[in-house]
Amino acid sequence: MASAAETVERRRGISYRTIARLRHGSLRGIAILYLALMIALPIAALIDKGFERGLTSLREAFAYPGGKEAIILTLQMSALAATVNALFGTMLAYALVRYRFRGRQLLSAIVDLPLAIPTLVTGVMLGVLYGPNTVLGKALASAGIKVVFAKLGILVALCVVTLPFVVRAVQPVLLELDPAEEEAAQTLGASGWTTFRKIVLPAIRPAIAAGALLVFARSLGEFGSVVLVSGNMPFKTLTAPVLITQLASQFKPDQAAAVAAVLFGISFMVVLVTTRLVRTQKGRES
Amino acid sequence: MSEPIRVEDLTKRFGDFEAVRDVTFTAEAGSITGLLGPSGSGKSTVLRMIAGLETPTAGRIWMGEEEHTHKSVQERRVGFVFQHYALFRHMTVEQNVAFGLVVRKMPKPEQLGRVDELLELVQLGPFRDRYPDQLSGGQRQRVALARALAPRPGVLLLDEPFGALDARVRQELRRWLDELHREIGVTSLLVTHDQDEVLELANKVVVMHEGRVEQVGTPNEIYNEPATAFVAGFVGSANILHGHMVGGHVQFGEHRVAVSDRLEEGTAARAYVRPHDVLVLANGREGGIAEATVERITMLGWLSRVTLQLDGGEVLTAEVPNDELEGVNLGSRVRVEMRRARAFRASDAAAPAEGMGQERAAGDLPAVTE
Amino acid sequence: MSDIAVPVAPRDAALRRRRRRLVRAGLLAACLTYLALLLVAPLIGVAWTALEPGWGVVRGTFSHPDVLHAFYLTAIITAITVVVTGFFGVVVAWVLVRQRFLGRGLLNALVDTPFALSPVTVGLACVLLFGRGGWFHEFFAARGIQIVFALPSMVLVTIFIAIPFVIREVQPVLEEIGTEEEDASRTLGASVTQTFFRVTLPNIRWGLLYGVALSTARSMGEIGAVFIVSGLIMGRTETAPLYIWRALEERQTASAYVVALTLAAVSIVILAAIEWFKHKRIREDEA
Repeated sequence: MASAAETVERRRGISYRTIARLRHGSLRGIAILYLALMIALPIAALIDKGFERGLTSLREAFAYPGGKEAIILTLQMSALAATVNALFGTMLAYALVRYRFRGRQLLSAIVDLPLAIPTLVTGVMLGVLYGPNTVLGKALASAGIKVVFAKLGILVALCVVTLPFVVRAVQPVLLELDPAEEEAAQTLGASGWTTFRKIVLPAIRPAIAAGALLVFARSLGEFGSVVLVSGNMPFKTLTAPVLITQLASQFKPDQAAAVAAVLFGISFMVVLVTTRLVRTQKGRES
Repeated sequence: MSEPIRVEDLTKRFGDFEAVRDVTFTAEAGSITGLLGPSGSGKSTVLRMIAGLETPTAGRIWMGEEEHTHKSVQERRVGFVFQHYALFRHMTVEQNVAFGLVVRKMPKPEQLGRVDELLELVQLGPFRDRYPDQLSGGQRQRVALARALAPRPGVLLLDEPFGALDARVRQELRRWLDELHREIGVTSLLVTHDQDEVLELANKVVVMHEGRVEQVGTPNEIYNEPATAFVAGFVGSANILHGHMVGGHVQFGEHRVAVSDRLEEGTAARAYVRPHDVLVLANGREGGIAEATVERITMLGWLSRVTLQLDGGEVLTAEVPNDELEGVNLGSRVRVEMRRARAFRASDAAAPAEGMGQERAAGDLPAVTE
Repeated sequence: MSDIAVPVAPRDAALRRRRRRLVRAGLLAACLTYLALLLVAPLIGVAWTALEPGWGVVRGTFSHPDVLHAFYLTAIITAITVVVTGFFGVVVAWVLVRQRFLGRGLLNALVDTPFALSPVTVGLACVLLFGRGGWFHEFFAARGIQIVFALPSMVLVTIFIAIPFVIREVQPVLEEIGTEEEDASRTLGASVTQTFFRVTLPNIRWGLLYGVALSTARSMGEIGAVFIVSGLIMGRTETAPLYIWRALEERQTASAYVVALTLAAVSIVILAAIEWFKHKRIREDEA
């Protein structure tokens, strides 16, 4: 430390280093406080209320008409949405990275649209196009396909809302692939499909999985689009998030909290696995 | 098993840009042919067309008796080694080497046998279960070679295989490739911008520049009997003197140097003289064609590089054995003789200008300009 | 010199090329159909349905006080959220990247929590904390401050949900740019604040703006949490999405669609901003 600083130090009575430490510490303190207050507290409250009577609240929630079915349906639909978007998301990512065509930028923007549109508006959009009173809705109904007020509607809503996740997870990985590896495979006799299967797919598999898990976690909690499109019929199209709102508005906050805690537990586990997966993939790459 | 490669009038255009134009040459079965040229000369493009990774705009390609011009990459059965290895990063060394065999559905026991054979050939047996990112650059390239050779290709194509390695490893692998080729004897085509590589390894060299072939010949021929100004300037180093033809000489300024090429009288011409053909006559010895002052002497082991300034302003570089430089110091006045010189028309396809684009291994002599 | 002209590509090469083009066309067709069915057609559908009854309905909707108040509320909540999450987001990102301390991993994991929670759960937790019987109820009730069923809770839940966006976009940028420039600035005599505003902030600006745009879109569209904490008191605690919800329930579909279309239009503008900032961020990456 220069002597000038030392003189200052002596004058102030507190060392320069201490001031720096205090500033660092206070910044850290603010960050910790912000996160603790905003995040840890609500979760604590949830668990506290949901399980203050042990598992009774949870059991009562399951006894609610369509309660247990709601959780199962939510899990099923979320898994389906993850699968569908894993497939289409990968295709979209591949097309956006490997092909040149007019309107590619526009396509990329459309893929990001669900990130910007309110989920309720998504529900309105789907209802307007596929509702039972619309041209399309009636045509599909006569073919035996019911979209709105049916399970298919829930799936479609979830797929729309989570569309960008797999695409954005896979795109950067595809961009980083070394084209020489695929050329090498070709010189060794591999056809286009074999090259994709043995060289490209193994490289993007972790990214697809990470994206799909994100879709799953998000779909578990989706409310705005599902509530409009599904019809919320118990035993048939009632999902867990809608169930929670119903329980809450019927002054059964403890039951609502129990279901919410269970849902949280599942998706937290999922997010944890995802981040670990992404990290191991990055670790292998470097 | 090893086949000759023949290429006829090969041309490749990317939009308006002509990368390769009318390239014709033959690579004999079992030989190593070098494709030598600066970056942008089109040599990699030629190689990739032979492999099938690019389609020619015009021209034809034969391997052995069969015409391959429109065959798919997979059908051609070439071994290709990339500059940056292109190893399959998600597979082990063993899986990498076996890939070509797996694709051709070779039965498993045969596969293992062949992989063993190759790993031993490249001396990487103990590394079979490692992943590419656990290997050094030199090791990776050896795996790439093993992988390319596993399916017994008729032809081996190497695209600047040692370009990504540091100088010492490059030298080692060069020697190693030479021995490998002696053992295997597969027709090889080696693309490089490093002339030491072709001089050491190749039976025949195709010198390329801006998409065209400048000369096809043995390493000795392209070094000592350059066919064009470009080859004279690119291969080895050369002093270049600008002047015009007078009798059997090129006249530059007040001096003239005898040249072995006959050009029309009065044509604007350039004389090319190798540094070791520039003789320094010191201590009052007579003869030579001009007087010069010694500007700089750099000792390089048993010879020295001497920078000379002629009275007319031209700068020459000479390589002289040390014992001929007794009593010569900075500022000494000496006479200069030129033992051998070539002449090319000044309008000839541009010889590389200052500080030629070629890279040279440490300890080699840089190209010299006028 | 042989006189061979440009060779006619024999059948198999042409066949190969045809197959490749078919695969490409097929893939593109599948992708475009998927997007059309899920996004483009529904969007056009809303625009059509909202505007078909005529301009009069649009004007009528916008002159309705409830509608105006709903937009106003959405705007306020979004604005506050963006400012708060923007500011604290940068602070948290900074602390997580530049400092080492015990529990950093845990803190980092905590940042992702809002992604793992259903917004409905968030709203519920808020009610549990600040509503009657909640841990904080006494504190605020005694001072006459209404949290639940009023603006404060709506802002709080929206902030919660928007927390990760800025942090997650600023973090990687901070890591990439490293401390060199900031160190250089300090050796040249700049204070920490000066360094931050003159060196750090300009460097993270595109990542920050990108995160802010994402955060804005998310806040504007929030419904699940706000649904629970607002109590759905019309004219007082009804945001634009909540208005749509109620209007649909009450069969005032025309105005519901107009409001929905308006929100969609605004989010397309935000989307343009998102794409722009993302583009700039990637450009900077490559530089």
